Parts: sequence; C-alpha cells; structure tokens
Amino acid sequence: MVDYTYTLLIPLIPFVFFILIGLSGHKMKPIVSGLIGTAGLGIAAILSYITAIRYFWTDHLAESGYKSIKAFEITWLHLTDKLTINIGALIDPISVMMLIVITTVSLMVHIYSLGYMKGERGYHRFFAFLSLFSFSMLGLVLATNIFQMYIFWELVGVSSFLLIGFYYEKPSAVAASKKAFIVTRFADLGFLIGILILSFNTGTFDFQLLTSPTGPAITMPGGAAFMGMSVLTWSMIFIFMGGAGKSAMFPLHIWLPDAMEGPTPVSALIHAATMVVAGVYLVARLFPVYALGAPDALTVVAWVGGISSLFAAIIACTQTDIKRVLAYSTMSQIGYMMLALGVSGYGGENGLGFMASNFHLFTHAMFKALLFLGAGAIIHAVHSNDMKDMGGLRKYLPITHATFLIACITIAGIPPLAGFWSKDEIMVAAWHHNKILFSIEYLVAGLTAFYMFRLYFSIFWGKATHYHHTPHEAPYVMTIPLMVLAFGAVFAGFLPFHALVTSDGMPFESHLDYSIAIPSVLIALLGIGLATAMYRKSNGLPDKLAGIWGISYKWAYHKFYMDEVYLFVTKKIIFGYISVPVAWFDRHIVDGFMNLIARTVQNTSNLIKNFQSGRLQQYGYVFVTGALALVLIFVYLWN
Amino acid sequence: MSIYDFMTMRHELILVCLVLLVLIIDLNLKKSQKHRIIPIAISLFFIHTVIGFLPAQTGELFGGMYKTTGLTILMKNILNVGVLIILFQSTTWLKKEENGEKISEFYILLLSTLVGMNFMISSGDFLMLYLGLELATIPMAALAAYTHHQSRSAEAGIKLILSSALSSGILLFGLSLIYGSTGSIYFDTVGALYSNAPMQVLAFIFFFTGMAFKISLVPFHLWTADVYEGSPVNVTSYFSVISKGASAFILIMVMYTVFHSIAYLWKDIVYLVAVLTMTIGNLFALRQKNMKRFLAFSSIAQAGFILLGIIGGNKIGMTATVYFVLVYIFSNLGAFGVISAISAKTGKESMDDYDGLYATNPKLTLLMMLSVFSLAGIPPVAGFFGKFFLFTSAASGGYYWLVFIAVLNATISLYYYLLVVKAMFINKNDTPIAFFKSDIMTRIGLFVCALGIFVIGFWSQVYEFIDKLTFAIIN
Repeated sequence: MVDYTYTLLIPLIPFVFFILIGLSGHKMKPIVSGLIGTAGLGIAAILSYITAIRYFWTDHLAESGYKSIKAFEITWLHLTDKLTINIGALIDPISVMMLIVITTVSLMVHIYSLGYMKGERGYHRFFAFLSLFSFSMLGLVLATNIFQMYIFWELVGVSSFLLIGFYYEKPSAVAASKKAFIVTRFADLGFLIGILILSFNTGTFDFQLLTSPTGPAITMPGGAAFMGMSVLTWSMIFIFMGGAGKSAMFPLHIWLPDAMEGPTPVSALIHAATMVVAGVYLVARLFPVYALGAPDALTVVAWVGGISSLFAAIIACTQTDIKRVLAYSTMSQIGYMMLALGVSGYGGENGLGFMASNFHLFTHAMFKALLFLGAGAIIHAVHSNDMKDMGGLRKYLPITHATFLIACITIAGIPPLAGFWSKDEIMVAAWHHNKILFSIEYLVAGLTAFYMFRLYFSIFWGKATHYHHTPHEAPYVMTIPLMVLAFGAVFAGFLPFHALVTSDGMPFESHLDYSIAIPSVLIALLGIGLATAMYRKSNGLPDKLAGIWGISYKWAYHKFYMDEVYLFVTKKIIFGYISVPVAWFDRHIVDGFMNLIARTVQNTSNLIKNFQSGRLQQYGYVFVTGALALVLIFVYLWN
Repeated sequence: MSIYDFMTMRHELILVCLVLLVLIIDLNLKKSQKHRIIPIAISLFFIHTVIGFLPAQTGELFGGMYKTTGLTILMKNILNVGVLIILFQSTTWLKKEENGEKISEFYILLLSTLVGMNFMISSGDFLMLYLGLELATIPMAALAAYTHHQSRSAEAGIKLILSSALSSGILLFGLSLIYGSTGSIYFDTVGALYSNAPMQVLAFIFFFTGMAFKISLVPFHLWTADVYEGSPVNVTSYFSVISKGASAFILIMVMYTVFHSIAYLWKDIVYLVAVLTMTIGNLFALRQKNMKRFLAFSSIAQAGFILLGIIGGNKIGMTATVYFVLVYIFSNLGAFGVISAISAKTGKESMDDYDGLYATNPKLTLLMMLSVFSLAGIPPVAGFFGKFFLFTSAASGGYYWLVFIAVLNATISLYYYLLVVKAMFINKNDTPIAFFKSDIMTRIGLFVCALGIFVIGFWSQVYEFIDKLTFAIIN
C-alpha cells in the first residue's frame, strides 16, 4: 500500500500558521502576516498537487479502480464496544479532488487579499481567520468518519462566522454573520440527529464501512419505520438537511445573500468554492448509502437541488447588487450539483450523475471564485456593489473585464470552456433519469446565461457612468489570481473526470451527446442574446458592431419590434409576474417565516416572564402546583 | 470497626478538620490581618484536593448508611476541583475592604456545604441523604446573604432558606411515605421492595421534586434567578456549578439504584421535566441583560440537558452525566470567573458593559468566548462532547424526539451565547471597561478553566476512566 501519511500536513500547516498569526500577528508588520499565511497555503497547495498526481497517475492505482485509502487514523475514544470515534485522513478520488479545489482557490484568495485588504484594520486577524478556515475545510474533506466530519463541519461554521462578521463596524455584517451561523446550525441539528440514528443502527461512524456495499448501513433491513420510510432513509434525509443548510439549498438558503456583507475575497472562498459545496461533498461522500440503501432520500436530494436551482436563477435576474446576483447564481449552480447526485445511480456508467456533480463542483469552483474576485476588483475600483452605479468599465479595467467575460461564458455553458463540459454531463444524467428535472435544468441554463450577461453588460458596457474619480485597474497581486483562475475556467473542462472521479472508482467511457449538448448551447445563446439586446445597447455600441447593425435597416427595424416584444415578455411578464413575486416570496415568506419563529420565541419569553415575579409566595405556589400536577398525571392518569 | 476503617470517610473527615482549622486560625488573627486566611485556606484545600486523588479504601460504614465506591470518590474529586477553582477565582473579591473581617466565614460556610454534599454522595440510606442535604443547604443561605449590607444579598438569603424549607418539607414527606410503605430507609432494601403502588409513586414524586429543587428543574426553579442575582458572583458560581453538579450526581445514583423498578415511570416524568426545563430555561435566558442572571438561566437549561443522560438509563447515560458535569464545571466557572473578575474590579455586571471588551481585555474575552462556546456545545471544545454523549445516551434509549427537542434547544441557546460573544467582539463602545490585571490567584483560577475546556475535550482517557466506574440501571 502506498504511504500517504504526509497528507496530514495539508490541514495541519494552515492550522500552525493560524496559531502563529493569531498569537503574534499584531507584533508583525501587516504585510508579513499576510505573506506568512499565503506561504502556508502555498505549501499545502503543493502537497495537495503532489497527492493528486501520485494518487491519480504515478502510483498506478487506476488498474483495479481507485480505492479509498486511510492515510492515517487513530482511535480517539471507545464509545461502546463496537462504536469508536476516530480521527484520521481519508484519501479517495473525491477527497483528493476537493484538496485541489480548496488549496487552489484558497491560495488565490490569499494572494488576492494581500492587495484587497491593504490598509484594513485587522489585516493579520483576517489572515489568521483565513488560515483557520482553510484548516477546517481541509480537515472536513479528509475526515475518515462522519463524526470527525461533523466536528470540522462546525469549525467551518465558526470560522465563516468570524470572516463574514469581519467588518464589524457594519451592523448589517454583524447581523449577517449571526444569521449565517444560526441558520446553518439549525440545519446541523438535522445532521447531528441523522448521525445519531445512523451510527446507532449501524454501530459505526466510519465512512469506509458505511459506504461499503456489504457494510452495515446498506444491508440494514429496510421496512417502514416512520411515515412509510425506513430508518436508514430518515437518517439520510436528516443528514442531507445539514448538507442543505451549508450548501444554501431552498428553504435553508436565506443566509447566503446576506452573507455577502463579508469581505469579497471571503465570499469567493467560502460562498463560492469551498464551504457552500460542503453539502454536495457530504452527499457525495455517503453516496453509496444514498444510492443503494436509501433511494427515497436521494429523490429528495434531486428535487431540492432542482427547485433550488430554478428558484435562485429566477431571483438572480432581479438583483442589482452584483454580489447578490453571484450569491443566487452560486445557489443555483449548487442546485445543479445536488440534482446531478440525486439523479445518479451507482457503479460504472450509471454513476454518470455522480461524476458530473463532482466535475461541475470542480469547474464551478474555478469560475465562480473568478467571478467573485472579479467583482471584488470592480467594487475596489468603483466603491459600490450596485450595478446601477456601474457601466462602461471595460475601458478602465481591461484585465478584470477579460477574465470576467471568460467566467460569464463558461458559466453560461458555451463550448469549449469548462462550464460547458460539466453542465453537459449533468444534463445527460438528468435526461436519462427524469424528464421534468431535465426541463427545469434546461430552463435554468437559459436563465443563467441571461442573468450573467445582464450582469456583465451592466458592469462593463451599458450607459456611460461618470465616476467621481477615474476607476483604475487593480494591482497585479489582485489580477494575477484572476488570470490563474481564468486559465482554470477555460481548461478545467478537459480533465478526464469520468476516468478519475466515479461513484465506484472504476473509470467509464463518456462521450458528448449532441442531441442534448446542442439544444442547451442554443438556449444559453438565446439567454445571452436577450441580455445583449436589453442591456448592451443603451450605451453607444462599439463602432464596428454598430456598423454591422447599420447595414440592414430592415433588420434593425424588425429588431425594434423584437425589442418591444422582448421588453413586454421579460419586463412585464417574467419580471412582473414571476421574478418579482418569487423574490418577494423569498424575502417575506421564507425569510419572514424564520423571523416569525424568532419573534414567537421572543414573545413566549416575554409571556412567561411574569412567573418570575420576585414574590416568594408565588414561587411556593408554583412549586406545590408543579408537584401536585406531577402527582395527578403520574399517579392517577398515567400509571 | 477500627480507626483505620474511618479512612473510607477520608474526604469528609479531612474537610471537617479543615473547616475547624480555618475557624481556629481565624480566631488567632488580628483584625487587620484577616486577609491572611486566604492563602492558608486555599493551600489547605489544595492539599485536600490532592489527597483526594490518592488511592483510597472503598467500603461501607455504619451498617450501610455510608458507602464509598470508586464512583463516589471520583464525584467528590470532581467537586473538589471545581471548589478549588472557585476559591482561586474569589480572592480578588474577598480582599475587598467591605469583606474585611468575615473572609473566613466564606470558607467555613462554603466548605461546610461541601461536607454536606460529600455525605449525600456517599449516603447509603435516606436519612444520611437528608442530613447531607440539609447540611448542604442551610449554610448556603448564609452564603447567599454574605454581603448582607446589600439588601439584594440579604433578600437572596431569606428567599433561599424559605424556599428550601418548603422543598425539604415535601421531600421529607416523601421519605416518610417511603419508610411507611416499605419499612426501611436503606437504599438496598427500599430498592428491592419498590413497586408502582400509588403511594410509592407519590412518595417518589415528592422525593423527586425535592431533588429537582436543588438542581433547579422547571417548575421548581423559580428561586434560582433571585438568589443567583442577589448573591455575590462567586457564591452564585458555587450554587450553579458545584451545588447543581453534586445534586445531579446524587439524583442519577438514586434513580438508578433505588427506583430502578419504576424506571419506566420515572423516565416519563424525567422526559416531561427535561423538555420543560430546557425550553423554559432557554426562553428566560434569551432576554437577560444582567450577566449573572443570564448565566443563571442558561444553567437551568443546562440542567435540563443533564436529564438526557439520566433518562437513557444505560451505562453511557451515567458516564455522560458525570462527564458533562465535569465539563460544565470548567466551562461555567470559566464564564463566571470572567464575570467575577470584572465585577470585583469594576462592579459592572450588565451585558452592555461588556461591549468592546476585546479591545481592552483580550485574554478575558477569549476565555469568555471559549467558555460560552463550550456551554453552547460547539465543537471541538469540551462542551460539545459533553452534550454529544448526553444525546447519544438518550438516542440509544430510543428517545429520538427528546433528542430532537434538545438539539433544537441547543440551537436556541447558541443564539444568546452568541450575544455575549457579539457584545465583546463586535459591539462598539466608546468607554469600554479599561484594561486591568487581576491578582495572581484569580488568574490561576481562570487559566485552569481554559485548560480544562480544552484538555477534557481532547483527552479521551477522561471519558474512558469515568466509563470504568459507572453502571446502568439495575435489573
């Protein structure tokens, strides 16, 4: 067996640097603490790449299928005779892939932040928290058992709480960080209960045992335990609840848009590439249990994913805060990933959805981090989040413009960029499984292209805005990460994922299905065209293109009508009757429901306050009444 | 019975000697030298704590009225460690001028109640239990009224003594019914004869309410807020941590050994009370602005969680309960330690006063954060494991709904614990509490808490050691 014990260092190095910066950061020059943190992540990234190269290629593991390897494990506690709590590092295709995603994006965000956070108070604190977050996230993906995963899961929550609330001068940031923490904790309640039920019925926390097709979970006798579903199904649904909270799936998504109050590099790291996909990773990690033992739970996953992706895509069309557009877009894309898992089978080509989901997770991490970092560069330049304050920026920010455009094309799913390949695999998987879900995703593909290009044109084209001071391109320390990620967004699609990351470790053949690829490219082009027509022209078109438009009066004439129709259909019908109500529903009903719970708790708390009157007679009265009530219930009624 | 046999009572005997010693030394100190009793008392108690960990003889005394087992020794040691921390933390406050001559009273009263708790833990029959209970309660009222020049403190004392008189009365009534129906007060005999006859159920409920009063379970908790708020901070921390922990120990042992035959019945009672306690404790804590009151109510909710270990009825349940109390001692004393350090220096106890504390007193703030995270049960600090084992115990007993309610409550509690963190780190304050340094002993007390919160969480041998000594309900 090949020795991977060194992978332990990948999470530990950021942790050591967190301690170092956290304890002595205020004594260093700010930039030194930043460089130290970045260097730590750099080492972790190099180790991750070495691991990936060894695991996938040089160690020749592929012949018998990629097995999961326990690089390291110690038993921490014997809970009962059978049940032990372990801590270790698990190496398998998805964890190796996640190592690459996390260290790459985190390293880019570190480098970017060196420039972005310059001059902020608490510079070293920011880098300390970034290291803490990276440690927790890496520990999460390397977990050998579900208990360890839960611990790191919560640590990720804590560090993201600290990062979102970083601008503590802003009350909205504070409220947002609290909301994010509480909502995800609420979801984790399900996760914890799921773990308890699962581990007590199977007698193990260990992922290798749980996911083994002959293991105690999958072979657990079924039968209806509660409301027609088996114990295993229930526990897997509960566990998925935790994943849905972290991954901002409907209706537990309400924290994500608000979390945009945090510094933009944080959004790129946490809310685009790493933490929010933890839920997808969780389902993928336990995938054999879902697929073989609890298909009903998997159906729930598919539908939650599908609904979330549609819901979020619709809302994204109405937002004007560029980070919020990206937040809803993230939610929508994660919905894709969940859906892909939900429609997947287990083993070989049946596992296409599984592969597609991880593939999309990988490419999405690249282009969404790029979009967020690009948004950061834009905000850095114009000091506003609102796209109404922007326009015509392509002249001022050439590098940001180019990379942002690449990201928009790739998320829209235009070949041959990365997003096309992964999204296409998801479409194929959905097509073979469920036509309704497929149609939802088809629609979402069009909407995605539309709102992304709406964003793109509003920022970089559109009306000529007069800025107080001329916006200028960000320094190289910020643009280089953009270029690196743009490289990933272009070429990540050529990775042979079907040979590397599959549900059972066995590679399978995958080929492009033109009957699905072509229509989905067409609808994406339609979305782009619509956005172009609506958002690009109000500013004088570039001379060259304007010439082309000018050649055919007739076409322009008809376009005029087309525009009217577009405007009527989009502004009046889609916006007025669908998007706005959906956004309203999100803000007032879903969010409002959560607020209602909070208010009810507060009110009840007010109500029972009267018991605490300070009068001793009343205390005695309540005491005796309580005792007598117990007597009444348990002596007369119960016994 | 030889003199040597008395060594089974080592804990109690040494403590009694210690109390007398403090009394005598204090009499020989001049008025201006009274504060010298502080290092003496602490070092004496430190020695006592260390001796407690030495190998000890187990067995029975007085025909089974008094019992020492590995588990009782462990419980007493846990309490000793907690008391030692409180003694360390209280030095800054005790040195204040207003406490002038009565410093030694603090030690005498506090250690007397500890003697009572030790006897309760070791009791083998209801008489010993009752005597221990009274010894643990009456001096406590005097402690609550320690700063008697403050009317709130005096009020706390009188409220405690009156409420506990009521609860003792009901408990004693229950005990007399037990004696009347079984003809015995020995745990073993009573346990063998107990059934679900209405009178015996009645007797059990009365006994249970008496214990519920001590642990402040809802609806027998109402005295808690007033007494906790009125008492000096260190006394409050003693009430909410040591006294509560000791009572939880006793309750679980008696429930598992004496009332095992009606376990199916008391589990339902415990279920009901657990839900009430967690929920109502939380709802009250949610709106507290005074830090002491806030922790008092949150400690009511915490007591509700302890019941999850009791209801499990299995070995994990008892281990989890003891483990949780141990963790709870460190976490809660960490929080109370910070409050007491601040209160002793500045007299400020309101949550608003804590705004912006991180800027001026980062170490205290970090300890406070660690403590409330532990109380809230956020991994990887010890409090998480404490709660997790309790949940595990209840879940393995099949109480999924109860676990669900408990986890829900843990989430609610997270909200108000975060309020404290938010105040310290995030809220703006133009006049935050200025930087100060407490005296060395207080700092040791605080440091030990921080250490405990980490070490107990990570050092799994602690759990495994407890697990060796515990037992499930007898069948």
